[in-house]
Amino acid sequence: MAAERDPPPPGDAGQARFGEAEDGEDLFVVLCSPASLPAEDISANSNGPKLVDSFLDDDPDDLFAEATEEVSLDSPEREPILSDGPSPAITPIMAPRIDSTLFDQALEEEEDNGDTFDICISVSDPEKVGDGMNAYMAYKVTTKTSLSVFSQNELSVRRRFSDFLGLHSKLASKYMHSGYIVPPAPEKSIVGMTKVKVGKEDSSSTEFVEKRRSALERYLMRTVKHPVMLKDPNVLQFLESSELPRAVSTQALSGAGILRMVNKAADAVNKMTIKMNESDAWFEEKQQQFENLDAQFRKLHASVESLVCHRKELSLNTASFAKSAAMLGNSEDHTALSRALSQLAEMEEKMEQLHMDQAYADFYLFAELLGDYVRLLTAVKGVFDQRMKTWSKWQDAQLMLQRKREAEAKLQYANKPDKLQQAKDEIKEWEGKVQQGERDFEQISKTIRKELGRFEKERVKDFKSVIIKYLESLVQTQQQLIKYWEAFLPEAKAIA
Amino acid sequence: MMQEGLDDGPDFLSEEDRGPRAVNVDLQTDGTLQVDISDALSERDKVKFTVHTKSTLPSFKQNEFSVVRQHEEFIWLHDSFVENEEYAGYIIPPAPPRPDFDASREKLQKLGEGEGSMTKEEFTKMKQELEAEYLAIFKKTVAMHEVFLCRVAAHPVLRKDLNFHVFLEYNQDLSVRGKNKKEKLEDFFKNVVKSADGVLVAGVKDVDDFFEHEKTFLLEYHNRVKDASAKSDRMIRSHKSAADDINRIASTLYTLGTQDSTDVCKFFLKVSELFEKTRKIEARVAADEDLKLADLLKYYLRESQAAKDLLYRRGRALVDYENANKALDKARAKNKDVLQAETTQQICCQKFEKISESAKQELIDFKTRRVAAFRKNLVELAELELKHAKGNLQLLQSCLGVLKGDT
Repeated sequence: MAAERDPPPPGDAGQARFGEAEDGEDLFVVLCSPASLPAEDISANSNGPKLVDSFLDDDPDDLFAEATEEVSLDSPEREPILSDGPSPAITPIMAPRIDSTLFDQALEEEEDNGDTFDICISVSDPEKVGDGMNAYMAYKVTTKTSLSVFSQNELSVRRRFSDFLGLHSKLASKYMHSGYIVPPAPEKSIVGMTKVKVGKEDSSSTEFVEKRRSALERYLMRTVKHPVMLKDPNVLQFLESSELPRAVSTQALSGAGILRMVNKAADAVNKMTIKMNESDAWFEEKQQQFENLDAQFRKLHASVESLVCHRKELSLNTASFAKSAAMLGNSEDHTALSRALSQLAEMEEKMEQLHMDQAYADFYLFAELLGDYVRLLTAVKGVFDQRMKTWSKWQDAQLMLQRKREAEAKLQYANKPDKLQQAKDEIKEWEGKVQQGERDFEQISKTIRKELGRFEKERVKDFKSVIIKYLESLVQTQQQLIKYWEAFLPEAKAIA
Repeated sequence: MMQEGLDDGPDFLSEEDRGPRAVNVDLQTDGTLQVDISDALSERDKVKFTVHTKSTLPSFKQNEFSVVRQHEEFIWLHDSFVENEEYAGYIIPPAPPRPDFDASREKLQKLGEGEGSMTKEEFTKMKQELEAEYLAIFKKTVAMHEVFLCRVAAHPVLRKDLNFHVFLEYNQDLSVRGKNKKEKLEDFFKNVVKSADGVLVAGVKDVDDFFEHEKTFLLEYHNRVKDASAKSDRMIRSHKSAADDINRIASTLYTLGTQDSTDVCKFFLKVSELFEKTRKIEARVAADEDLKLADLLKYYLRESQAAKDLLYRRGRALVDYENANKALDKARAKNKDVLQAETTQQICCQKFEKISESAKQELIDFKTRRVAAFRKNLVELAELELKHAKGNLQLLQSCLGVLKGDT
């Protein structure tokens, strides 16, 4: 489904991933370009539950960040070995299994109807609601679309951060273990949020809110680009209904949160003990490829963040030098030189702003994209893990079947007719499970292949477009620099 | 060995590679005495400068000759000027700062230690950069030593100084050792006394408007130049750090490009190539700012201090003169030791007047030099920045053209 962009209304971050860095900043209105995205790929976005890797998450703030899916006793996250149910899913998840044809259809639809994807979501107007530690930020979520699945062409609701996490949590628990890459939600930040709650009206908390707003926008856009997610009632409800039940279990230190942690620990152990016989070279190759990509993206992300930091520093130091040069110009008693120095000071002040703008571009265009992809890749890895689990379940079922057959054989000799019947029933049952396991495995493998294909297409599109935008921002900066120096040169020459 | 216009390193001092490096001073050099540093060698912990002189003055045995000198010998020469009463009325050209490669050496060492933890390309890249940095510092220290000599050579009185001639001509080691601890301590106390004294002397209001104005001006100017110098250093450091980051980004993009199997790998490779080039330009921007702005400010920090010292000496002489006057009056009143008092007063008067006369000219020259140097450097800075920005722009635009054409 192609994403057709409306001509950029001001303030609308059409390509929502890269939102606006600053209001009214011409540099960034460019972002919502109508000349965009050809095709169909919806990012096979990775799901939050990075089963194991969240443990190894660098950011201590976000220890609970990905712990956003509902974990109940019937949750698929529990050991496959223990799970006895026919399908280790909470009820709604039956749908993908049984109606896999329906979804295949949806996926094909997306390939056929190249141009029917038309939806643009923007997140704006952050407003603080309440006071003190119970305060929160409410954001306006505006959806502009011509898709029929929505009740109106233009919808607007107010949502808070935990609502987004709640949405993600529901989507993750529904789709993740079928191999869908569910886009990860933006990360929690206890430090950042506390500052805002406490009411610190300084630039760092404004920046934090803007960063979050932009991230939420990108998150929603990625989510609706996924054809499966777009049709999910949770998503529709999120975008449409004015009231949303509060997602409580997303809180960091809730009981559910602790339970999630425990389950993740269990999963980590499991992952280490499952050794999969990879019969499909494609998967092996892909996994390796994504490992490499992940490593490089992390490295790149770190370097870009360092660049942002240094540019901001450069901006501050330039400002301070400008003041100093102005002072020097004041005390210089040769008139022409004095004037030239003042001009130098003025120019450096303009450079300060230029550097700051460039730092924002570095950040919002480049660094945030990389950050998103680092999280996405972890979700991709999660999807591979799911496949491994599914395989493991299938193998366990086979093992169980074998045992039941052996038990039955023994009973044959022992001649206990009633027990024999039970054994035969159990064999039937486990044969069914083995078949189901095999089907599940094949289905998830198929889904993953599709998802990865979509993910790669989306990745290519994202990076190409971001790189171009970033280079354009660099071009603008250089052009400004030239203007400034060209204005200064005659002043310097005028010193007599 | 320092090679002029090093092959692959950026041309930091391209304009100043030949002849006297009048980087921060606009000097009239005439044929009668031309001094420059034609070569330099950096050893473990010292730098050896080859001082080359061309002169038609009869006092020299030859018309052209060279000697090898070290930093301590420059300091010795400078100090001999300062201590010479005859030169009290002149602005003594500030001594060149000690060559300081410590930071650079430390970085090179750290790099060597961390060799195992990075890829070969990264290591080679970083090594090249650190070597370029080392070379830049080296070139700078040579320039600063040369400027000192040129200033002396251009000064109508100082150029005739005997010590200076010995410095230029005597082809053996001057056996000037650096100050030992005791001497350094003595210097320290001398400076403390001097600043305390300086405050007292500065408090004396001067009858002469010109000098009174100069005093106020120099005091303020000196402080502000100091501040501007420090701030420009910080600004340039940030610039360098940003350039380093771009370097790392370029490397990672390159790896991504080579690993990637999709369409976007070409993008990565192209952008990596672009960033390699733009980073070099950014590094040069920082280096030019350093040379044309930071060094200029640093130099005038030192010169304004030398001018302040001159004013101090004059102030000192004025106080001595006034004290001598008072002593003479007292002596006349008591009619005791009048002759002696008269002689002392005469001497003080002459000294004061001599200093005042030359000081006035020196300060006027200082201003002329300063204005010319600032003009030269600011113009050159603007021209270089423009050149770099245009270069950058062209690279960016051509890369964009290629990338856009491919999507």
